[in-house]
Amino acid sequence: MVVVSTESVPIKSEPDVVTVRRCVREVSAQLGLSLVDQTKIITAASELARNTIIYGGGGTMQVERLNGPRTGLRLTFEDHGPGIPDVELALRDGFTTGSGLGLGLGGSKRLVNEFDIVSRPGQGTRITITRWK
Amino acid sequence: MEKIPILKMGEFLLVTIQVDMHDRLAMALQDDLTATISQTDARGVLIDISTLEIVDSFIGRMLSNIAAMSRVLDAETVVVGMQPAVAITLVELGLSLPGVRTALNVDAGMELLRTSVNANKEMYGSRFH
Amino acid sequence: MTETQVNQRSGRLASIVGQHREKILAEWIAEMSGSTRRTDLMKEVDLRAECTRFLQLMERAAETDGANFQASSFDAVRDMLSDVSRSRTQKGFRPSETATFVFSLKRPLFNEIQSQHKGDAEAMGAEIWWLNELLDSMGLYTMEVYQKMREEIIRRQQEELLELSTPVVKLWEGILALPIIGTLDSARTQVVMESLLQAIVQTNSRVAIIDITGVPTVDTVVAQHLLKTVTAARLMGADCIISGVRPQIAQTIVHLGINLLDVTTKSTLAAAFSLALQRLGITFVRESAKS
Repeated sequence: MVVVSTESVPIKSEPDVVTVRRCVREVSAQLGLSLVDQTKIITAASELARNTIIYGGGGTMQVERLNGPRTGLRLTFEDHGPGIPDVELALRDGFTTGSGLGLGLGGSKRLVNEFDIVSRPGQGTRITITRWK
Repeated sequence: MEKIPILKMGEFLLVTIQVDMHDRLAMALQDDLTATISQTDARGVLIDISTLEIVDSFIGRMLSNIAAMSRVLDAETVVVGMQPAVAITLVELGLSLPGVRTALNVDAGMELLRTSVNANKEMYGSRFH
Repeated sequence: MTETQVNQRSGRLASIVGQHREKILAEWIAEMSGSTRRTDLMKEVDLRAECTRFLQLMERAAETDGANFQASSFDAVRDMLSDVSRSRTQKGFRPSETATFVFSLKRPLFNEIQSQHKGDAEAMGAEIWWLNELLDSMGLYTMEVYQKMREEIIRRQQEELLELSTPVVKLWEGILALPIIGTLDSARTQVVMESLLQAIVQTNSRVAIIDITGVPTVDTVVAQHLLKTVTAARLMGADCIISGVRPQIAQTIVHLGINLLDVTTKSTLAAAFSLALQRLGITFVRESAKS
């Protein structure tokens, strides 16, 4: 796996969610992902970015373009918030701590090819998602 | 902050969402619509999302909320023009937007609104005798 | 590899290529004039230009990072190898012939090293070895690129095949039919959903009939895939009717406790079509016979 380039986007407040969407759209379009695949990864990024703000108290998104042998896009959302005590539960659909439908992680997981989450109470959360071309 | 314009067409309201909305703008639209429905006594709301390329759970929730709140104010809501990629993504996310009626385009949406409003009129009689 | 080793190799490779470029170039092209030269596919002047450019890039990369093919300083070299591999495959070269582009560079470089290390077998051996490793990586890289190209072609053909096997048919103004033949797995469902939804938009159809007569088994997984398609169409403003539900399938659905929600199902396409016309408010009137 060759990481062709990396960029970092700060996620501090809710207007940043729009920045995240725009950035992911640009990169995924450049990589030549299909329209449906682009829509899926941008939407997943939007969900996770919002989570970073609401539950993580802000953080960053790292964007990595992957090339050779497969072309793809890898996004890493990281925060130093309270962390998720029960990751299994969070991945199950319908789970919610705050208000709203709480469809978060399970849904986002279905939109991408690879989904990795590391979270420890008191240490923060890091979620990495990958979409291949 | 920009606002999304709400057009009045007879007894219906028409909203066209063209920009990539940030959350606060979406909340503002929700509030604006409910206020306008009240003020104008509108019977239906048509939301055109044919140029909206991303609908995530927040926007989805907004659409469901608008439909629910309008109903309380005795107005029907129809969302039109959802793009195929958006529909596929919403289904994958697990969002089916219950309570939100949909149509292919503005024409079909208006027809839907008119028939349902007329149906209501027949059932419950006109509002003003 | 230590820092000093890297620096030594940087210096060595760059100087070998830099100082004897013309000689190496000539020997390299001569090496390739064996069976794999393919003069029928590539002109001498083009090959010469390609080789010259490659040597230039290699020299530049070696100046910084010696012999580390994975380093970013070798990006331009990798890119060129990728282009070489792709263009030659398109021209009709076999992958081994493309790899020979790199491997035939070995002898000229080894000859140069040999003449410089006259007598010192150990030093010569060590140098030939790491240079050998570098050129092997390059040759293998051209093979990888070729492999990737083949995979892309296969994938595209698979997609086209999937699309062809799920045609969307317009039955009437506003009514589409989608006969599915064969199993419905998740990959196929994606293709089915995309073609159906595109067709709905393009034809402005309010009703889509999904016929599953040709689907051998319907279990919970298949039912889920069908439901996804129906839900997506509904979100766009089109209704779906599932037709071709054989009695056995109806039994299976009830048996498995599959909940088709409020999706209308019919046993035949004809019945589904009739219902669709009804929903659109269309009736057919028989012309009275001329007396």
